Amino acid sequence: MTDIDPDRTVDARGAACPGPLMDLIGEIRGAESGDIVRLLSDNDQSLTDVPEWSEEAGNELLAVEEPDGHYEFYVEKA
Amino acid sequence: MTEHVVVVGGGTGGTVLANDLADRLGSEIDAGEVRVTLINDDPDHVYKPVWLYVAFGQREPADGRRPLTEVVDDAVDLRIDRVTDLDTEAKRLQFRGGGPPIEYDHLVLATGSTLDRDRVPGLAAGGHDYYSESGATALREELLSFTEGHLVLSVVGTPHMCPAAPLEFVFMADDWLRERGLREDIDVTYTYPIQRVHGNPHIAEWARPIMDERDIQVETFFNAESVDPEAETVTSMEGAELDYDLLVTIPPHAGVDLIAEAGLGDDGWVDVDKHTLEAAAAEDVYALGDTAATGVPKAGSVAHYQAGVVGQRIASEVRGRPATATYDGKTLCFIETGMDAASFVEFDYETPPSPATPSEKLHWSKLAYNESYWLTARGLL
Repeated sequence: MTDIDPDRTVDARGAACPGPLMDLIGEIRGAESGDIVRLLSDNDQSLTDVPEWSEEAGNELLAVEEPDGHYEFYVEKA
Repeated sequence: MTEHVVVVGGGTGGTVLANDLADRLGSEIDAGEVRVTLINDDPDHVYKPVWLYVAFGQREPADGRRPLTEVVDDAVDLRIDRVTDLDTEAKRLQFRGGGPPIEYDHLVLATGSTLDRDRVPGLAAGGHDYYSESGATALREELLSFTEGHLVLSVVGTPHMCPAAPLEFVFMADDWLRERGLREDIDVTYTYPIQRVHGNPHIAEWARPIMDERDIQVETFFNAESVDPEAETVTSMEGAELDYDLLVTIPPHAGVDLIAEAGLGDDGWVDVDKHTLEAAAAEDVYALGDTAATGVPKAGSVAHYQAGVVGQRIASEVRGRPATATYDGKTLCFIETGMDAASFVEFDYETPPSPATPSEKLHWSKLAYNESYWLTARGLL
C-alpha cells in the first residue's frame, strides 16, 4: 500500500469508459499545481487511459494500486 | 387518499413520462386515486436537436418550441415554476415563485442539463455553440459571414448532450462549406478530450477515417483550459495552443444545483441504479434522461425509453404490485455525415454500436423523425 496522501479523491467506480478519465481530467482542472488526485476506477481501460493522458498532459502518475477489486491512480498535477 | 406523482422537468423525459402516466393510470386519475403533476420553469417544451440545423440556416428556433399546454395531456396538472428546494425526507418541494409547497408520494427528476461556460476562462466571450437557442442563432450569423480562416470545433468536456452532435457539426460544416465553394479557404479542426474522436470506441473508429478523408484536422487529448478572445487562441491543459478564426465549442455541462443540495449526486446528476433508475440516496425518487447518471449518452432517445420504464414502474407501485420493468441501456442516434447523408447507431448496455453506412435515406429518416418528434412528446410514438 502506498503512503501517498492525496489532496483530492474522485470515485469513478461503476462508470463506463471514458467516464473515469474524464472525471480525473475534471478534478485536475480544478486542482492546484502540485496537488495529488486519487482516481478510483473499476474499468480496465483506465490502466491505459490514465497513464497515456498523464504523460500527454505532463502530470506525473505516482502510483497505481489495486485494492478490493478496483484501481487507485495517484496523479500529481504539474 | 390520492397518490401524488410529481415530475420535475418538462423536457423529453419528463413530458413523455407525464403523458405516459396520464395514459397508463387514466382510470385511477379519473377516479381521483392518483394525481400527476408536471413542473417546468418554462411554459414551452423545447426540442433541442433543432439547434444543430438552426446553425446552418435550415431551421428556426421556433421549430423546436411548443407550449407545454399543447403537448401535455389534460389529465396532467401543469405547474410553471422553478423548484428551489427538495426535501426527500419530508417528500416536499418548494418553489421560487413563492407558491405553496407540493408534497409527493413518487418523485421523478428530469431536470436535464445546463451549460457551464464559465468553467473555462474566456469561453463565454470567445466561443460559439449550438447547444442553446441563442447560441445557435448567433453561430448562424457567424457562419454566414465566415469565408476564410480556421474553424475549430472543440469538445470542452464530457458528459454532454447528444454525443454525436460534435461529429455531425464538423461533417455538416465540411459539406456546407464545400457546397458554397469556401472549403479551400477554410481549415476545419476537431478537438476531443481523450485519445480518440468520440467517447465510444466503436463510433470513434468509424468516424476517424471520414475525418481524414474530408481533410478535417484532429487534435486528441485536447482539454481546453482557457480561451483568449482577443488573440483568438485556445490553450489546452495538455499544453497545446490553437489559433482560431471561428471557435465553436461544446461547453461544459452540469445538472441543476437542486440535485447536489438534496444529496442525490454530484454535478447535478442523480446517482441511480442503472436498470431501475431509482435514486440511490432517497426513497420513492427516480431520475431519468440527462439527470440520471447511468453512463449512457445524454440523448433524447435515452430519455424517451427511460420514461417508458419509469412509467411502468410507478404504475406498478401505485397499484401495489412489484415493479419489474427495467432499462437495458437502449440508445438510438442518427448521425448526420453531411448535408444530405446520415448514419444510424443502436446500442445498449451489452451490445456496442455498429454505425450504419451513411445514406441519403437515413438523412431523410432523421429529418422525418425531427418532424414526428412531437408525437413522441405527446406519448404517441
